[in-house]
Amino acid sequence: MIPLTEEALIFSLLTGISVGLSAGYLGSIMVLEKMALVGDALSHVALPGLALGILFNFNPFFGAFAFLFTSAVIIWQLGRITKLSFETIVGTIFTLALAIGILIIPEIDLLEALFGDITKVNLMDTMLAVIISVIAISLTKIIYNKIVLSMISEELATSTGINVARINLLYLLLVSLTVAIGIKIVGTLLVGFLVITPAAASKNVSSNLFRYSVLSSVFGAISSFSGVLLSSYLRLPAGPMVVLSGVVVFLVAVSIKWASK
Amino acid sequence: MESRENYMLNVSNLSVKFQNQTVLDNISFKLKKGKTLAIVGPNGAGKTVFFRALLNLVPYSGKIEWIDKVKIGYVPQNLSVSDIPISVKEFLSIKNISNIESSLSSVGLDSKTILNKTLGVLSGGQRQRVLIAWAIMDKPNVLLFDEPTTGVDLDSEEAIYVMLNRLKKENKITILLISHDIHIVRDYSDYMLALNTCVTFFGESKNIMNPDLQKTIYGEPVCVETPT
Repeated sequence: MIPLTEEALIFSLLTGISVGLSAGYLGSIMVLEKMALVGDALSHVALPGLALGILFNFNPFFGAFAFLFTSAVIIWQLGRITKLSFETIVGTIFTLALAIGILIIPEIDLLEALFGDITKVNLMDTMLAVIISVIAISLTKIIYNKIVLSMISEELATSTGINVARINLLYLLLVSLTVAIGIKIVGTLLVGFLVITPAAASKNVSSNLFRYSVLSSVFGAISSFSGVLLSSYLRLPAGPMVVLSGVVVFLVAVSIKWASK
Repeated sequence: MESRENYMLNVSNLSVKFQNQTVLDNISFKLKKGKTLAIVGPNGAGKTVFFRALLNLVPYSGKIEWIDKVKIGYVPQNLSVSDIPISVKEFLSIKNISNIESSLSSVGLDSKTILNKTLGVLSGGQRQRVLIAWAIMDKPNVLLFDEPTTGVDLDSEEAIYVMLNRLKKENKITILLISHDIHIVRDYSDYMLALNTCVTFFGESKNIMNPDLQKTIYGEPVCVETPT
């Protein structure tokens, strides 16, 4: 890996923190919904979109987002119609998307798409990441309690006047946006980690929703920040370093829970 | 002739079908204000679907007419809270109403000790009381309870029904509850509606002690406890 300039490191760190905060926050809902594997698998669906962006020379973020959101809506609709579990449907669609992505993406770009490349993060990517993270966190905050209520009892939520289908669709849109920006840092294969593991770590040390969601965000940011920093110093790919940092955070949280028993 | 204003609910020819299968067939009855109606029947009789129709959560044919300015509080049968780290305060705050503490006190819970507890660690009885507090927070004039004491021990069950009766009298609430327990139906409701897709009985709840009627409602006699 080529060394990062100071400017590129700042861009990467800012992008990483933004992605970590938003992925952690949105992921806290996914973990409660017991859809952690869906979050992981869903991220792989971005690959064909990335490939199209690279092939036709437009920002791969938009291709990734378009594929993620379209797939999320298809999965959501198929789930409603067929009553199959999300895991089953995602399992089928994600392998198909991965297969198509690998077939059409130029071989030279495959590694970057799968594992991310922080050396290519520029000012534009950073601004996009910060803006999208702020939007994703703000909108999710508005619907957070409503989604949680629908998890506790869909009937209770509906009888309170909550349109469960609409807020779920908005949530999927926001997850797709967050995953699409996360791909730049950790790649399609590893971005699911940022959605799942910070929330899983937070769940070990939280007794209320506020603490749980805030800690999920903070753990996501810590994982990304330290992963990018280590990657820069050790000149190793950022994706795996973010994952390793996140696992350390997870183990610390598990240890705290263990010690408190 | 009694005026229409005396009735909280007027259901006529209510039918619900799912995928061409009739779940509720031609249900008609009227319920007076301030009364408690117990909905009884065997498993699969359509009791919960009937509630869902009353709450407008499923498509139906026929008419469901509530009194003007009806405000319904609903307590569902099942909650999935074991895996969600949500405190009682956070749960009740979802409604955005400020009277959390007075609602908890109405259901016999001390807000100081319970507000910061996680919903999933409460006992069945405490959880049901929190749910009832949720249902009465916005001062409804009708309460719908889908088996309000599922998973609750016998002592707490009795206490919950005594509390429901008190809330009903204090706030002049009309209550509709689903129950499998015939002594609860006899002691804590005024009328009962027996369902088995269609209405098999509608009348005063004290009739539930009649073995012939029990056979009609449940398909077989229901054993009752006798003093020893």
